[in-house]
Amino acid sequence: MKENQLFELRQTALKVREHCIRMSGNGGAFIGSALSCTDLIVYLYKRFMRISENDMGRDYFFLSKGHAVPALYGTLVETGMLDKERLASHLSASDDIYWHPNKKIPGVEFHSGSLGHLLSVAAGVAMDCKLRGTDNKVTVLLGDGELNEGSNWEACLLASAYKLDNLIIIIDRNRFQANKKTEELIPLDPLEAKFSAFGLAAETVYGHDFEQLDELFFRIPFEHNRPNVVIAETVRGKGLPSIESRADRWFCKLGGQDMGLLLQELHDAETRQTAGAAL
Amino acid sequence: MTSYQELLKNIALADERVIVMAAENLASIRDIPGVLGKRFIDTGIAEQSLVGSAAGLALRGRIPVVHALSAFLTMRAFEFIRTDVGISSLPVKLCGGVAGFLSEANGPTHQAIEDIALMRVIPSMNIFCPSDEQELTAGLRQIIEHPGPFYIRLNHARAAIEHTTEFEFGKAEVVSDGDDITIMVYGILLDEAVKACNLLKAEGKSVRLLNMRTIKPIDEQAIIASARRSSLLVTLEDHFITGGLYSIVCETLIKNNCGCSVLPIALENRWFKPAMLPEVLEYEGFTGEKIADRILKTLHGGTYCVTNR
Repeated sequence: MKENQLFELRQTALKVREHCIRMSGNGGAFIGSALSCTDLIVYLYKRFMRISENDMGRDYFFLSKGHAVPALYGTLVETGMLDKERLASHLSASDDIYWHPNKKIPGVEFHSGSLGHLLSVAAGVAMDCKLRGTDNKVTVLLGDGELNEGSNWEACLLASAYKLDNLIIIIDRNRFQANKKTEELIPLDPLEAKFSAFGLAAETVYGHDFEQLDELFFRIPFEHNRPNVVIAETVRGKGLPSIESRADRWFCKLGGQDMGLLLQELHDAETRQTAGAAL
Repeated sequence: MTSYQELLKNIALADERVIVMAAENLASIRDIPGVLGKRFIDTGIAEQSLVGSAAGLALRGRIPVVHALSAFLTMRAFEFIRTDVGISSLPVKLCGGVAGFLSEANGPTHQAIEDIALMRVIPSMNIFCPSDEQELTAGLRQIIEHPGPFYIRLNHARAAIEHTTEFEFGKAEVVSDGDDITIMVYGILLDEAVKACNLLKAEGKSVRLLNMRTIKPIDEQAIIASARRSSLLVTLEDHFITGGLYSIVCETLIKNNCGCSVLPIALENRWFKPAMLPEVLEYEGFTGEKIADRILKTLHGGTYCVTNR
């Protein structure tokens, strides 16, 4: 990846994080969960996917952990698919932007919110692409806590049986679910081995490093005839050190003053990281 | 007569959009996998991913015709039907096998006798309960062409009557016209309803018999017209008394300010005795004779029945 491309991805992710913070005012948002997958979603839309609203040849993205929707809406704004002004009506009855994805919003492929649904829906889309012999890639992003839902494992068996190597399952492995640590509630490790045992090709990557993501995603399909699993090790609340990896910062309702402070904190952290990288 | 399988096969062969799916149960579509090739998809014993992947296929413009046993389709996968198919009103056609009394001796695990209640609360869902295979095939093309989701209580029974009216959404078939009593029925019980109707006619009663066909949309006008003409309405169904035709008829009457006595013949707060169909009908009181007896007792009180006249 060229330096200017990396810079652009980082700048986009920064703007999307700003949107996430701004959407956490008024009634609040699931900010911790949105920030952990922001880099992943930005990477997909800005670098990996063929984006189009209606073209049958487009690549598909499904956000199964629907509560992380600020990261998706922020990305849709930054790719020009969604009007930025609409984010201001988050949670208002005057628009359709609420705590979970709504198919009415341009760029959103399908509604979600109930966990454990979109892996099988994405498998259906991937099946159709296989039937038509087209090369669309179908990506679905799940939370790690979401893997408690048995329907995901049912869908893994199906995807594996139908050899859906055009399907990419990203696990946002931030190691938290709602207010608990995954390994303290329903342990998931060894996670890669679980997917392998179900017949999928799984690889683990640090989910906040665009160069690592790029190296990994351009090797897809990892194996011929096997669905792909990307276990992205992430940090809940990534970008805001004051809330990073805190169990009680899944959902936040920010006052005007908090919002200003967090926006400042976001930029300070980014500046530090960029400076660190330059050294 | 063309069988369900034959017709579905022909429709699917002529229309690339149609995908036939199953959760392993192939009882109604045994020859289809070989003919349709990759447009037949079997998800194994997994109703949730069956419905979820059907929704995904529908998002790409396909019309999935999905087969599973009614009990597991409507209950195990209920939220997938409601959330993935229902919210977006996707054209997924859900075909439930062995619903109602058709599960025969399987026992309560397999008894889909709340399927109508569950499906009808989903806003975009439509429900078709054919009385026999002839009626099923008569409605199939229109159902596949319909832009929304459908739940179909599959039934391969031989026709008890000659259907004289064409299939139409939300339109009941008038099997017998009369005034005193109106019997409303759907599905396999039409056969017993016809027998009951004939017995009641022999008792000098004027009986109207309505085969409801689509339960959603329901033929409200037929219900209202019946309430105006008859002193007793009878709802007959192999379903729990809650949420099925009895509920629909009562809701329709109240909504339209119609007062009328309604006798529900349904499963009252219990599962039915597992046995082969003729014995189930006998044991549970759903034979033509027992239905006629219950209606006569309701009209005249006491022990009046067709057998001891």
